[in-house]
Amino acid sequence: MIYDALIAPFTEFEFMRRALAGAIALALGGAPIGVFLMLRRMSLVGDAMAHAILPGAAVGFLLSGLNLFAMTFGGLIAGFAVALLAGLVSRTTELKEDASLAAFYLMSLALGVTIVSIKGTNIDLLHVLFGNILAMDDQTLLVIAVNATITLIVLAVIWRPLVIECVDPVFLRTVSRAGAPAHLAFLALVVINLVNGFHALGTLLAVGLMILPAAIAKFWSRDITGMMCIAVASAIVSGYAGLVLSFQTKVPSGPAIILVAALLYVFSVLFGNVSGLVRQIFPGRHLEA
Amino acid sequence: MPAQLQFRDVTLGYDRHPAVHHLDGEIAPGALLAVVGPNGAGKSTLFRGIVGILKPLAGSIGLGDVHARDIAYLPQTVDIDRSFPISVFDFVGTGLWRSTGPFGAMGKSARARIAQALAAVGLNGFENRPIGTLSGGQMQRMLFARVLLQDARIIVLDEPFNAIDAKTSADLIALVRRWHFEERTVLAALHDMDLVRAHFPQTLLLARTPVAWGATAEVLTAENLLEARRMCEAFDESAPACAVDDAPSRAA
Repeated sequence: MIYDALIAPFTEFEFMRRALAGAIALALGGAPIGVFLMLRRMSLVGDAMAHAILPGAAVGFLLSGLNLFAMTFGGLIAGFAVALLAGLVSRTTELKEDASLAAFYLMSLALGVTIVSIKGTNIDLLHVLFGNILAMDDQTLLVIAVNATITLIVLAVIWRPLVIECVDPVFLRTVSRAGAPAHLAFLALVVINLVNGFHALGTLLAVGLMILPAAIAKFWSRDITGMMCIAVASAIVSGYAGLVLSFQTKVPSGPAIILVAALLYVFSVLFGNVSGLVRQIFPGRHLEA
Repeated sequence: MPAQLQFRDVTLGYDRHPAVHHLDGEIAPGALLAVVGPNGAGKSTLFRGIVGILKPLAGSIGLGDVHARDIAYLPQTVDIDRSFPISVFDFVGTGLWRSTGPFGAMGKSARARIAQALAAVGLNGFENRPIGTLSGGQMQRMLFARVLLQDARIIVLDEPFNAIDAKTSADLIALVRRWHFEERTVLAALHDMDLVRAHFPQTLLLARTPVAWGATAEVLTAENLLEARRMCEAFDESAPACAVDDAPSRAA
């Protein structure tokens, strides 16, 4: 019975195994990036960037239909262009990063939806907006896995400058020039992972497996390494449970995954041991020192 | 002995308005110099120029054989994200950047040095605390520990004893004196004249232009301080281009 509900879908159907592998790869790459986005107060920036990808992917779609590489390439180019421009603007002028990105949000979404509608059907539009993790072929899975691998390697390389840049940017500026390259590399990783999420979860939910796990982790750890581990774990759990939910109830897979993550988030807000609400209402007696 | 720091007719400022105007002079290696002056006198601006995060509008600052990145700088309004989840130990460890760089390992000796630095500022036992839990004084002690680890020949401290209690500032002054004893060049912006008289042999009294510069007792006279206050109060939004500057285009 429990086996039938929780494990059988994956042993019996190959598309479920693929989807699970994709979700795990997404979690490994995206969740650590999400933690940094959250710590840099850039959570909504990630969302805006997700929309910036759409016109590029849509141009790829316009030129060659639902072709994996055309859409990946288009999305990467559009995302990098926006990330670089926004990064440059916020570093060289007084405009903050969120403000310099905000305009792209609606503009890109409108542009992308327009381009897809010109050629495609409503089904194509739904695919672009919400993705379809159950229909991933080998190539898509491979692209996601490679992107996740690149993410983890680059993150390891830029880890120290990135952490110092987050916590004390002026200090980093006085000892090293690594701040700007680390920041730009980080933005590139954001784009790569958004394109990853785009294939599985679509434009609108691509940030879901990045930001929600990060927000969950914030309620369970005060240490950045601990946050990373909890974020990745909760993203994997969301992916797995979301797929099971989707399989048993016919809820679309992408929203199912994000809904599970959202449930975990609500639970964490209530019961998390770092600043969770229940903890605050019943803090226990104060300590001796 | 060649100078450690040379100001060659340097003008520093923001948006073409000078905050430090035509400063000339030299600081010898191993000097312990207090920079005093009213708010807005250009002390912080001068320091930002020295460590290279503000480019001069005109003139130049010579650092001898020291690179700007090898100066330890403690800014006044520290731009630290105190909510960031990092421990005191890891934070202080960033002071070893010069030897570890972005990838270098934190070996046994590095960890021992970090522990020593924390002990030197009286923060034993705080290693695993998140930085957000420190008080103002403990925060300043932690920043001094990082300066200690930077092992720099030039140390620039911008109002390091503001809002710090007597015990903490006494402990930190002892560190400053230790750096002086080790023949490092130390510059500190200060407002507490008694502290300057007690511990700093040399003083620069700044009010956009230098009012006086030399032995502390000769600089900190009542007339000089009054003069400095008077000079600091002029700011003209539509000031004409500086006439002393023979090449105004440089400042544009």
